[in-house]
Amino acid sequence: MAMHPLTRVLLGLACILVGLWLVAPTLVVVPMSFNENKSLAFPPQGFSWQWYQNFVANPEWSTSFLNSLKVATVVAVLATILGTLAAFGLDRMRARSAGLLRMLLLTPMVVPGVVLAIGIYAVYLDARLVGTMTGFVLAHTILALPFVLIAVQASLEVFDKRLETAAASLGAGRIATFRTVTLPLIAPGILSGLLFAFVTSFDEVIVSLFITSPYMKTLPVQIFTSITRDADPTVAAVGTILLCTTTILIGGGLLLLGRDRRSGL
Amino acid sequence: MSETGKQRGAAIDLSAVSKAYGSFRALDDISLHIEPGEFMTLLGPSGSGKTTTLNVIAGFTEVSAGSLQVAGRSVVGVPAHKRNIGVVFQHYALFPHMTVGRNVAYPLSLRGIARAEREARVKRALDMVRMADFAHRYPSELSGGQQQRVALARAIVFDPPLLLMDEPLGALDKKLREWLQLEIKRIHRELGTTFVYVTHDQEEALVLSDRIAVFNRGKIEQVGTGRDLYDAPATLFVGRFIGDSTVLRGQARGDRSGTALDIAGETVTAPHKHTGDNQPVMLLRPEKLAIRRPGLDRRDGDNRLSGTVSEAIYLGSGSKYEVALRDGSTAIVRSPLTDQSFAIGEAVELCFRGEDAKLLADDSTADTTLT
Amino acid sequence: MSASATPSERATRPRRSWGALALALPAMVLLVVVIGYPLATIVLRSFAEPQWGLQNYSWFFSTPVNLIVLQRTFVISAWVTVVCVICAYPFAYAMTAVGPKVRLLLTLCVLIPFWVSGVVRTLSWVILLQDSGVINSLLRSVGLDGVRLIRTQTGVIIGMAQVLLPFMVLPLYSVMKGIDLRLVQAARSLGAGPIRAFFTVYLPLSLPGVYAGAIIVFILALGFYITPALLGGPRSTMLSTLVQNQVLSLLQWGRGGAMGVVLLIATFVLLALAGPLMRQKHKQGTR
Repeated sequence: MAMHPLTRVLLGLACILVGLWLVAPTLVVVPMSFNENKSLAFPPQGFSWQWYQNFVANPEWSTSFLNSLKVATVVAVLATILGTLAAFGLDRMRARSAGLLRMLLLTPMVVPGVVLAIGIYAVYLDARLVGTMTGFVLAHTILALPFVLIAVQASLEVFDKRLETAAASLGAGRIATFRTVTLPLIAPGILSGLLFAFVTSFDEVIVSLFITSPYMKTLPVQIFTSITRDADPTVAAVGTILLCTTTILIGGGLLLLGRDRRSGL
Repeated sequence: MSETGKQRGAAIDLSAVSKAYGSFRALDDISLHIEPGEFMTLLGPSGSGKTTTLNVIAGFTEVSAGSLQVAGRSVVGVPAHKRNIGVVFQHYALFPHMTVGRNVAYPLSLRGIARAEREARVKRALDMVRMADFAHRYPSELSGGQQQRVALARAIVFDPPLLLMDEPLGALDKKLREWLQLEIKRIHRELGTTFVYVTHDQEEALVLSDRIAVFNRGKIEQVGTGRDLYDAPATLFVGRFIGDSTVLRGQARGDRSGTALDIAGETVTAPHKHTGDNQPVMLLRPEKLAIRRPGLDRRDGDNRLSGTVSEAIYLGSGSKYEVALRDGSTAIVRSPLTDQSFAIGEAVELCFRGEDAKLLADDSTADTTLT
Repeated sequence: MSASATPSERATRPRRSWGALALALPAMVLLVVVIGYPLATIVLRSFAEPQWGLQNYSWFFSTPVNLIVLQRTFVISAWVTVVCVICAYPFAYAMTAVGPKVRLLLTLCVLIPFWVSGVVRTLSWVILLQDSGVINSLLRSVGLDGVRLIRTQTGVIIGMAQVLLPFMVLPLYSVMKGIDLRLVQAARSLGAGPIRAFFTVYLPLSLPGVYAGAIIVFILALGFYITPALLGGPRSTMLSTLVQNQVLSLLQWGRGGAMGVVLLIATFVLLALAGPLMRQKHKQGTR
């Protein structure tokens, strides 16, 4: 559609501004992470790697990072299995019951975080799950499950079920059909569900703030308490690391996705 | 693949097969015998039961009643993947995540065939459908016709004694369809496998088949060669469905010598006796009707009907006319090019010999089902 | 898996409801244990502590501070939603109009913040907005007075809108992607000017995306905790902070629970109201 040149310029300008607003503020953590002073005041002074060293050497930071990694890995696997099973279940149900169950399974996405947090905290206090690995895994899994469900359901929706009939006509039983046809074709959905689940757990902070204990902290909890407690530039170093990892993962993923399309997937 | 020379096709016997979905009878007491190596086409309008019959044979649908035998053995209750029947679908159903070669190799891997033999058979199958150069492509890189040929290769590569095809050319354009019809015929000749082919296109059925089973409303109306169906339709539905036809309806009178129809004041006769309760109608093929200017001498034995030309179509090899008769119905006439031509609106006379008219029982549903 | 189903018989395909239910069962059990039971506990406690009755609710609605915070929560959420719609609309439209390379760049702009931890992003806003932060340093370097941004409502809105913007862009983009631009051309060919064509054709067709995005943003904003907690001050407290305060600092489970229930009900009422608007998506958005 032909666009008026003025409209085009205005649109481009708006785009650049919004794009900057989305990305640029986060980048401010990068210069701060190399600050020589123990301060988050702008502009940073000098150059030093000490906050990165502190992240590795200080057990408060490194332990919470490892905790997050452990929890997120278990959650990713668990949520992917449960979510994928549920997606298959819903796919084979009557539309009405599937819609109802789906709505229920998606509630963790819309229930305000704090309400959920105090509820889970109350139950965990009774069950002695506060500050335990199990506690974190259970809470994060149910929070991550909706993302898996959505991703897998989306790929099941575009999956042509007639291919299963075709596989049967060629001699494939139920299990062979699932392994050779269904699974490879919905794998992208399952994988993106897995990634979503991992990130959801790795980032989760509200519920984690409530069910944490001095002995079991996750990284976002550590970041949060660090910000509220003092102006330790280690948070900026952590932020920079997370930012770089994410950018590489997402950028690589998008490029890979683009290539896959061309090769016929 | 037919170098063994032995009879490779399987016979199929459906007897008294019914399939009901709730109160809807998709198949109503169907019996059909298909010879080994035969090319049988199931022809009918959509919803007539032809695809359900195919699905029953393939094992995608279980029968509600009746028996089904393939190569003399009952397959009722045998799941689809254990029937060893090749199926070609209208929507190709190629696996998008596998190359052409892996798609065709798929049924062989499932059967645990060793790699070397697998590759040889994949190559042979792809050669047969002239797609050997495409083995490393993905289905999404192929045209519809190419995909369907790959699907065909995949369905024959494991040497099934029976190949089912569900409107395989339905999504392709006319030229490609005509070419692939000939390819399918060639492959059938070379393989000697029994082919069961579903289509709603009567021309396609005539081109391909040894015999055709005409389906209507969950029942088989007639089974026979294309010539049988065209020259001697058993029912008005079959007569209307196969080829062009003119149906004459009128006040019927019968005597020993034949049947006469009174059509808006004109009388036509045929030397056949009509039996049955329904009103008789006469069915005439376009080439059995002659068109001429009125007032010419009446030849002996000729039936005459007057009308006006309502449509004139030049076909190259001749002309086709639609003529509005006095009672408001339309007759279809084909005349060779050498004849004189007629203009729309011109008054004409249609003549035919009584013995060329097929006397059939009227069936008011025959017209409505066709639309 | 569906060997007994065929293309033409999808509608009559037998539903193995019990097997299907079994597949969804583990997820449902976890949902009941980790979401259902805790929420029920909170609702129960809001009526039962310290003794049975409606005391917690009457306390909530009769204490001016609570009402002010409740109102503020809605006002801030509304502002955040408005800011998001205004910023996301041209951006999402541009995503549909540009070539694949620029689209990849724009998509990255949306996805990277989407995936970067919310705590980290809020941290950057703290660095930017604080009294010794980037914005105030810049202002002072050109000789202007600093402005107070952190611990103000404006600061909270700026930070929240940035964190929530991707939730607005993505649904908008997915609806706009499906709009047939030939419809706009058709409107132009029928005599509508570009502005008129936009307001009479494009905007109405994109509205389902606006509704979907706005509802998501508004609901998430209502329950926001981290950003207001770090960027906000006493004069920009939102309901979530109040709930946290009641439970963790004052150990008033009943009152905290009652506040939570209010927040929960507000969320679900909004969702229910939005239902019909979102359903329009299926009627229009797919053309």
